[in-house]
Amino acid sequence: MNSPQTPLLKREGLLKLLFSLQEKRPGDEFLEYLLHILILICIYVILSLSLNLLVGYTGILSIAHAAFYGVGAYVAALMALRLETPFLLNIILAVIAAGVFGAVVGIPSLRLKDDYFVIATFAFQIIMFSVLNNLVEFTGGPLGLPGIPQPNIFGYEISTHIEFLILSLLLAGLVYWVSNRIVKSPFGRLLKSIREDEVFVKAVGRDISAAKVKVFIISASLASLAGVIYATYITYIDPTSFTVMESIFIISIVIIGGAANLKGSILGAAFLVALPELLRFIGLPNSIAANVRQILYGALLVIMMMWRPQGFLGEYAFGKSSEDRRQKLEDRSKRGNDA
Amino acid sequence: MLEVSNLNKNFDGVTALKNFSFEMKEKEILGMIGPNGAGKTTFFNALSGFIKPESGKVKFLGKDITSFSSHKIVSSGISRTFQDLRLIRQIPVIDNILLSFNHSDGENFYNILFKQKSWQETEELDKHKALKLLEYAGIKDKAFDLANDLSYGQQKLLSITCCLAADAKLLLLDEPIAGINPEMREKILRIISELPSKGKSAIIIEHDMDFIERICDRVIFMDMGEKISEGTPDEVRNDPKVIEAYLE
Repeated sequence: MNSPQTPLLKREGLLKLLFSLQEKRPGDEFLEYLLHILILICIYVILSLSLNLLVGYTGILSIAHAAFYGVGAYVAALMALRLETPFLLNIILAVIAAGVFGAVVGIPSLRLKDDYFVIATFAFQIIMFSVLNNLVEFTGGPLGLPGIPQPNIFGYEISTHIEFLILSLLLAGLVYWVSNRIVKSPFGRLLKSIREDEVFVKAVGRDISAAKVKVFIISASLASLAGVIYATYITYIDPTSFTVMESIFIISIVIIGGAANLKGSILGAAFLVALPELLRFIGLPNSIAANVRQILYGALLVIMMMWRPQGFLGEYAFGKSSEDRRQKLEDRSKRGNDA
Repeated sequence: MLEVSNLNKNFDGVTALKNFSFEMKEKEILGMIGPNGAGKTTFFNALSGFIKPESGKVKFLGKDITSFSSHKIVSSGISRTFQDLRLIRQIPVIDNILLSFNHSDGENFYNILFKQKSWQETEELDKHKALKLLEYAGIKDKAFDLANDLSYGQQKLLSITCCLAADAKLLLLDEPIAGINPEMREKILRIISELPSKGKSAIIIEHDMDFIERICDRVIFMDMGEKISEGTPDEVRNDPKVIEAYLE
């Protein structure tokens, strides 16, 4: 079974498959469609993993995630269009730009508590959309930016679906690796502790604001990667892709997949991106399918909140304030007390 | 070691601290007593940086720490517990201790990504230290249980152990034995009474006068945010002003 040829044969088989995917033949549309869905899933995996660090692990809800996604997309697109800088540099610039925005938004607003912070991120989301929509000379305004060049990595042009899928998988894998390292480290422990009881964490001498700002910046930077893929894959962006609705969709993925569980975010992204596509196959006309999709998302979110607030795979029941949960647990341990 | 002078704090017109001043020597165990709402916990909150006093000054080990934020106060050597018990209940007991150690090796983003080995080594050493502390507190066998699975008394014990882990010179203990059984009470009493031999001091808020008398060198009686009386437990108990405050 373990003959030395096997890996080679496998590789040849894989290469053949790759080549066969690159040649256009009738009947390939379905495969391309499938690859398209997989690329979209990768983009949302990146977005939901990065948001999970904030919402799931640290327990702070941000509805500005689409704005950071947009920053990534617009920085990569503008650099490629206006300055024709190489793709890899654009990735780095997008990450840095999103990180800087993250710091600018996070440092003042993370001082606010719970709902007030949510409103601050909401404000940033709205401002970002307005800027993208109204800075016509720079961003193309509502017309968007067409003709974004496809990535070119050291002379290798990425243009087919399969190539994009590989690129997206690599970046999603990178984001998973970074997130996984973070949540398994003492920093991850600190984040979870902040989620459970800020007062205790303060009392043992931790700088809570610094930790929150750090994770906010990391989350924003990682989200920008999704923007870079999106912009170069679709080759056209406009502000409507980065609205509040988009933020809420990403939040839904995190909550339904499972807050504070990285695999949950992957599952959630796959589920919520694939779900409306499945609706196509039950023969609903497009005009109705779009509405059914919205209803489905809303209903799903409500059902999850009622029956399984921790999501498919999560450990942390989103939606209850940490103070409520703390009080409940304290009361319970007092009752089952040794006194 | 600790010099508190003229602290004042009002909450919407209610006086919580009024010209509150006292001094404390090293290795001293100081009791703080008084009726509910006397301002004892407010004083802890002010001293640990959770609220800002309106005026007054706190000097600790020669440094003015009045305007320090809470994490800076802990790193200068003051650590506290809470009357309403606070711990991270959803993580193991030992993680609560590890969190209290205040190392930053494994919290540095660069280390997390590229130097996993190095922070894991520090973590191993820390775990060893944490287990020793838990052994001292007598809850080593529960080290890997969730903090939530401890009994109420054990949780109180754990919160004091966290203060020890933070390596504070001064511990602020807010009702450390309220609502727990006599056996656990003796354990906590032993840990507190051994503090001076480790070069540490403590201020204890407690209503149990018997406990205060057994453990404290000196007692401050507070009422309406003011220091009414100060002295040995006996002196304070027999102070006419104290008797009057309780009779009112």
